Amino acid sequence: MIATGQTLKSSEEIMGRSLWADARHRLLKNRAAVAGMIILGLVALLAVLAPLLSPFAYDEVNYDIIACAPSWWPVEAACRAPGHIFGTDAVGRDLFVRVLFGARVSLAVGLVATLVSLLIGVLYGATAGYLGGRIDGLMMRIVDVLYSLPFIFFVIILMVIFDRNFILLFVAIGAVEWLTMARIVRGQTLSIKQKEFIEAARAGGVSPFGIILRHVIPNVVGPVMVYVTLTVPGVILTESFLSFLGLGIQEPLTSWGVLISDGADQMETAPWMLLFPALFMAVTLFCFNFIGDGLRDALDPKDR
Amino acid sequence: MIGYALRRLLGAIPTLFVIVTLAFFMMRAAPGGPFDSQRKLTPEVERNIKAAYDLDKPLAQQYLIYLGKVVHGDLGPSYKNKDFTVVQLIATGLPVSARLGLCAMALALLLGTFLGVNAALKQNRWEDYSVMTVAMLGITIPTFVTAPILTLLLGIYAGWLPVGGWNGGALANMILPVTVLALPQTAVVARLMRGSMIEVLRTNYIRTARAKGLPTHRIVLGHALRAAALPLVSYVGPALAAVLTGSLVVEEIFGLPGIGRYFVQGALNRDYTLVLGVVICYAALIIVLNFLADIAYGILDPRVRLT
Amino acid sequence: MTPLLEITNLNVRFDTADGTVEAVKNASLVIRESECLGVVGESGSGKSQLFLAAFGLVAANGKVSGSVRYRGEEILGASPKQLNGLRGGAVTMIFQDPLTSLTPHMRVGDQIIEALTIHRRVPRAEARGQARAILDYVRIPESARRMRQYPHELSGGMRQRVMIAMATITGPDLIIADEPTTALDVTVQAQILEILRALKTDRKTAIAMISHDMGVIAGLADRVQVMRDGEIVESGTADDVFYAPKDSYTRMLLAAIPKASEPPPPVTAVGAPLLTVDDLKVTFPVKSGLFAKTQKLRAVDGVSFVLHQGETLGVVGESGCGKSTLARAVLKLAPQTGGRVVWLGRDLDAATQSDLRALREDFQIVFQDPLASLDPRMPVGQSIAEPLKALEPGLSRESVREKVRSSMARVGLDPSWINRYPHELSGGQNQRVGLARAMIVGPKMLVCDEAVSALDVTIQAQIVELIRTLQAETGLSLIFISHDLSVVRRLSHRVMVLYLGRVVELAPAAALYGDPRHPYTRALLSAVLTPDPRVERAKKRELLTGDLPSPLDPKAQLTFLKSRLNTPDYRPRLDEVTPGHFVAEHD
Repeated sequence: MIATGQTLKSSEEIMGRSLWADARHRLLKNRAAVAGMIILGLVALLAVLAPLLSPFAYDEVNYDIIACAPSWWPVEAACRAPGHIFGTDAVGRDLFVRVLFGARVSLAVGLVATLVSLLIGVLYGATAGYLGGRIDGLMMRIVDVLYSLPFIFFVIILMVIFDRNFILLFVAIGAVEWLTMARIVRGQTLSIKQKEFIEAARAGGVSPFGIILRHVIPNVVGPVMVYVTLTVPGVILTESFLSFLGLGIQEPLTSWGVLISDGADQMETAPWMLLFPALFMAVTLFCFNFIGDGLRDALDPKDR
Repeated sequence: MIGYALRRLLGAIPTLFVIVTLAFFMMRAAPGGPFDSQRKLTPEVERNIKAAYDLDKPLAQQYLIYLGKVVHGDLGPSYKNKDFTVVQLIATGLPVSARLGLCAMALALLLGTFLGVNAALKQNRWEDYSVMTVAMLGITIPTFVTAPILTLLLGIYAGWLPVGGWNGGALANMILPVTVLALPQTAVVARLMRGSMIEVLRTNYIRTARAKGLPTHRIVLGHALRAAALPLVSYVGPALAAVLTGSLVVEEIFGLPGIGRYFVQGALNRDYTLVLGVVICYAALIIVLNFLADIAYGILDPRVRLT
Repeated sequence: MTPLLEITNLNVRFDTADGTVEAVKNASLVIRESECLGVVGESGSGKSQLFLAAFGLVAANGKVSGSVRYRGEEILGASPKQLNGLRGGAVTMIFQDPLTSLTPHMRVGDQIIEALTIHRRVPRAEARGQARAILDYVRIPESARRMRQYPHELSGGMRQRVMIAMATITGPDLIIADEPTTALDVTVQAQILEILRALKTDRKTAIAMISHDMGVIAGLADRVQVMRDGEIVESGTADDVFYAPKDSYTRMLLAAIPKASEPPPPVTAVGAPLLTVDDLKVTFPVKSGLFAKTQKLRAVDGVSFVLHQGETLGVVGESGCGKSTLARAVLKLAPQTGGRVVWLGRDLDAATQSDLRALREDFQIVFQDPLASLDPRMPVGQSIAEPLKALEPGLSRESVREKVRSSMARVGLDPSWINRYPHELSGGQNQRVGLARAMIVGPKMLVCDEAVSALDVTIQAQIVELIRTLQAETGLSLIFISHDLSVVRRLSHRVMVLYLGRVVELAPAAALYGDPRHPYTRALLSAVLTPDPRVERAKKRELLTGDLPSPLDPKAQLTFLKSRLNTPDYRPRLDEVTPGHFVAEHD
C-alpha cells in the first residue's frame, strides 16, 4: 500500500471542491438570496441609467402640476399629471426620476460609507487580534466604550459644524459603523490565530507576514463579507434619518431619505410621494438583508 | 461578585469623561458662535457677553472651567433660551423622554423575547417564518415612515388615538409614540433571541435535560432561557442608544416636549451648553443602564463572576 | 422473563442538506436486568444514535422506525409525556463530555436533585440529603460544599462523577453510558469504571456501555455487540466475542489494538546524540482573581533528556503534565523560561530568528487533530508544499510539485489527490497529509504530538506502522508523545513519564513496562486496559485517589513524596536505580 519514493507520471489530478465552491453552491440554492441579488441588480441598473429613463430632469420644477398623482392612480386625487409615472412632488418635479436619482445617492452613500467602515474596522480589528495581549485588551476596551455611545449625536454635531458637507456625510456615517466590523475582524483573527494550522505553518518556517497573507486573511474574509452586506442597509437608514432631521443631503440633490421625509409631510394629500420612495428603499434593504443572511448560511451552515 | 461590579463601575467613569470631552471640543471647533445669527452687536457689547460666558478665554481653560462646573451639577445657562439654565430645560424635558424611552425599551425587550423564543421553539414552521418576516419589516422600515402610517391609520382614519401631543403623559397619547419607537428594537431583539435560543437548544446540556425526562416548559425556563438571554443582555446598551436616537424623530413627529427636541434645536442653533448638557444626560443614562446590564450578566452567567 | 429493553429492526435516517444519511440500519438488541451490554464501534458506526433514537432524543431531522420495547411496552413513537416519565427515572443517560453536558449556570446540587424532585416527587430537603449520600457513594469528598458549586469549578473527573450521581439518584433500572470515559485521563478513567462496576454489582443496575475502546468494554461487559456503519455485525457474550470472534471486522478491530505481548523495539545501536535538553523550564503567568494576582503556571519544571539518532523517545503523561508544552519549547514554538536546548552541538537559545528558520528543516512536528492542523481553504498539495517553499525558496515550481507528489506517495496517499481539500478526506488521510508535510523537507527529528489519538483504532494501527516504516527508511529520530501507553510501547526505544512538568521515570521500554518503579508509573500501567475480559476481571488495580492536582498548586509536586511536605519548594530528585533507568524520589 505504501509506494516507494519513485517519480510518478502525473495522472489525472482530481480537482477538489473548495470551501468557496461549496458556499457558492449553497448560496445559489437559497432562493431568497438569489431573488435578492437579481432585484438589487435591477435597482442598481435603474439608478445608473436614471437620466436616460425619463424625459424630465430631476430638478425640473413645474408649478402647474404640484403634488399631482400619476394618471393611473386608482384613488381620487386632487390633480393628475399625465406622463409622470410616479406623479409629481411638492414643486412639480417628476417623482420617478427623483426616486432614481435618490437611488443613486442612497446606494452611493451605502457603499462608500460601508467601505470606510470596512477599512477602519478591518485595520483596527486585525491589528488588535494579531497583536493580542495587552494592546488588544486596550483597543477592545476603547471599542467597548465607544460602542455604547449614541454615535448619531456626534454625527449630528459634525454635520452642523461642517455645514452638511457631502463627503463628510460618507465618512461620518462610515465612522458610526466601524465598531462592529472591528469586533468581528478581531474575533475572527483571534480564533484563527489559535488554530493548529497556524502553528503548523510556523513550524514549517513560514514568516509571520506570509502567515497573515496566506492563512489569516482568506479565513477572515467570509464573515467580513457577510457583515458588509448587512451594514449597507444600516448605513442607508442612518442617512435617511439624518435627512429627515434636515441634516443630510441638501437640495437640489436628493436621496430616498429626503424623499420619504418630504413624502411623510404630504402623506394625507399626496400619498404617492411617500409610497414610491419608501417602497424602493424597503425593497432594497430587504434584498441586502436576504443576501447577507444567505451568505451567512452559505459560509457557515448550522441548521443541519 | 462585588469585585466584578466594582471593576465595571470603574470602567464607566472614563466613558463619561470621553463623551464630555469629545462633545465639548467638537462644539467649540464649529465655526461661528451662538450669537452669529442675531443682530450685529457693537464690539463692546460682544466683548462683554463673551467675557460673561467665558468665551474669551483660551480653549483649554474653557474646558477645565466647564468640567469643574459639571462636577458641581451646573451645566450652565442656555445660550439661546436666555431665561433658563440648561439644567432647568433638561428637568422639564427629561421626564418625558425618560418615560417614552424606558417604556419603549421594556416593550421591545419583553415582546421581542417572547416572539423570539416562540420562533425558536417552532423553528421552520409558520410561527417562525411569520415572526421573522415581520421582524425584517420592523428593521428595514424607518421610524419616520411607520409613524405617519400608523398615525394615519389609527389616528385619522380610525380615530382611536390622538394624533400628537403629550397631554401630560396620558396613556392614549403614549401608545403611538411608544409603539413606533419600540418597533425596530423589538424586531432586533426577536431575531437575536431566536438565534440565541436555537443555539442553546442544540447544546449538550439541553440534551442531558431532555434525557432526564424534564418537561419542555421546565427545560426552557430553567435551563435554556438563562443561557439564551446572555447575548440579549449584552445588547441592552446599544438598544438604549438606538431608542434614544429614535426618540429624536418620534418626539419631532408627535410633538412631544422631550429633550430630544431640545437637542436638535440646540444643534441647529449652536446652543453649546444645551447640546452638551443633553449629551451628558443621555450618556449618563446609557452608562447607568450598561452598568446594570453588566451586573445582570454577572448574575446570569456564573463563569464571568470569577474572572 | 421479559427483558428490560428490546430493540427490534431499528432504523434511523437523517435528512441533511447533502442527502439522506442512514445512521442505523436494522439494529436489534436485548438488554436484561442487571446485565451490562457493551456496544463497540468506531466513529460513524451509529452506536450512540441507536440509543438516542430508542429514547426519543434524536435531532429534529431524524426519522426513526422499528420497535423499541421497555419491559414489554412499546415506547417508540410514544407521547412526550410517556417518554419523559421513563427518561431520567427508570432509564438514565451519561454522556461523553461532562463539561458541556451539565448546565453551566445551575448549581451542581440543583441539577442532581432535579430528576428526583420531578420524577419521584421527593421534597427538596429530603432530595438534598439523598444527593449528598449519592455524592459520597461516587467518592466526591465534601459533598455538601460541592453541591453548591457550578460545573466549571469542578475537574473533569469530578464532573463525570456528578453525571453518574445524577443518573443514579433515581434508582434506575438501566443506565446508558455513552463514551463516559473517552474525554478523561487514563487514571481518572480507571476510577470511573470502578464506580460503574460497583453500580452493577451493588445496585444491580443494567448498563448499556457504549465505547470505541475494546479495553473499556472488556472490563465491564457481560455481552457485547459490535457495530459498523449502522449495522450490528457481531453479538454474543464477552468471552465469545473477544476470544472467538466470527466477523472479520471484529477480528480486524481486535488485531489493531497494540498488544502487551508484542515486544517493543530493542535498544540497538543508536547513533550519536542529536538533541540534548538540559533542565528545561517553561512558565506561564496566569491571572486569577480580581486585581490580577499573577500566579506562575510551571508547565515544564526542569526536564532533561538526550535523544540519539535513529531512536524513538516516548513521552507519556496525563493532562497538565506538560508534554505538549515540552515539545513546543524544544521546537522553539513556545518560549522557554529556563534551561538549555542543544541541537547537534548548537545552543538554540543563542540562535537568531533567521538561523532558527533555517534549522526548521531539521525538526518537524505532526499534530493531534488532523483537520485542525490543515488550513481548510488550501488544497492539501499546497499545505504539503508550504514548508518546502518557505525553507527552500529557490526551487522551481515543477520540482516542488514533484517533491509533493513523491512525499504523498511515500505516506500512502494517491498523488492525484493533490488538489483535494481537507474536508474531503478522512481523519486518517488528513493525518497522512500532515506526515507528508512534515517529511517533505527531510527532517532529522520528528515530534508526534498525540498524532494518533484522534483516530479510530484501525487507522491508528496503520499510521503507527507508517511511522515505523518511515523511521526505518530514513533513520529518523522521534519524540512520540501520547497519553496512551500501549501505543507508545509499539514505537519507543525509551520511555519518559511526566507528571506535572517533571520527569518521574525514564527508562528503556522493556524496563519501564516490565519493572516500573515509580508509583505514578505503576498507576498508569495498571490503568491501561487490555481487550481481554479474563485479564480485566482478574486484574488487581492500583488506583490513585482523587483527581490530578492542579499545576498551579505548588505542593502538587510532592504528591508522591509526602514525607517532604514540610519543605514545599523541594523537588524530588531523579535517581538512576539501574543503568539507564531513572526514577524520581518517592515514598
